[in-house]
Amino acid sequence: MFASRGRQRVRRTSNFELYAWFFMRISGLILLTVAVFHLLYMHISIGVENIDFDVVASRWESPFWRLFDIFLLIFALSHGINGMRQILDDYVQSRGWRVVARTTVFMIGLVIAVMGAYVVLTFKTPV
Amino acid sequence: MSNLVGTIGNSLRYRGREGQWAWMLHRITGLGVVLFLLLHIFDIFLMAAGKDVFEGFLDLYTAPPFRILEAGLIFCVIYHALNGTRVIIVDFWPQYGRYQKLLWRIQIALAILLSVPAVIITIKPIFTG
Repeated sequence: MFASRGRQRVRRTSNFELYAWFFMRISGLILLTVAVFHLLYMHISIGVENIDFDVVASRWESPFWRLFDIFLLIFALSHGINGMRQILDDYVQSRGWRVVARTTVFMIGLVIAVMGAYVVLTFKTPV
Repeated sequence: MSNLVGTIGNSLRYRGREGQWAWMLHRITGLGVVLFLLLHIFDIFLMAAGKDVFEGFLDLYTAPPFRILEAGLIFCVIYHALNGTRVIIVDFWPQYGRYQKLLWRIQIALAILLSVPAVIITIKPIFTG
């Protein structure tokens, strides 16, 4: 009855995937309001053809919009990078290539996060 | 990567039901949105390089091929948001799993309904200049 049990490998388990699953749902709910609002406001209400340097600069005059953009950056990027990791894990089976793929995605995410945070937090309107 | 091509091929041959299409579209739209997101954070970073550099890059987005991609982006975000909501509902309240096919049909109808005006508004400047 328990014959198959003997063959099971005992290994350390991690809760990482559980936390990742939960994080995707929580960040998804946040993005549902923040990202959808941002998309509809910028693309439908303002329109891409009306966005220029001065529009963004005046938006960043207000600390509220800087905070909003940082919020957007953190949740959208982490949700997206974790999504890319999940997709890669599905298709990259060999252990070595998986390390390469995960590291590449993580490094891209990190570099882009630093670039985004840098400009949102340090931008000064030139006079 | 050959696995990716194989998976897409097999998924088309498998002719699954609503759940399979919902999953496949969620993956494709998610990938589309994240690729744009990376580009978008890069373009906003160019604000630090000054007006000329930033606006020079923005010209790319108002070019007609990018208008079509922008319309695609809007559909991707709307679909991904609605399907994500459906996934959250059936994950946290499994009793609604019984209605997942109905939920998917409502959701795809809503995604198309919301996307049509958004896509028209986005593509219109190609023709009106």
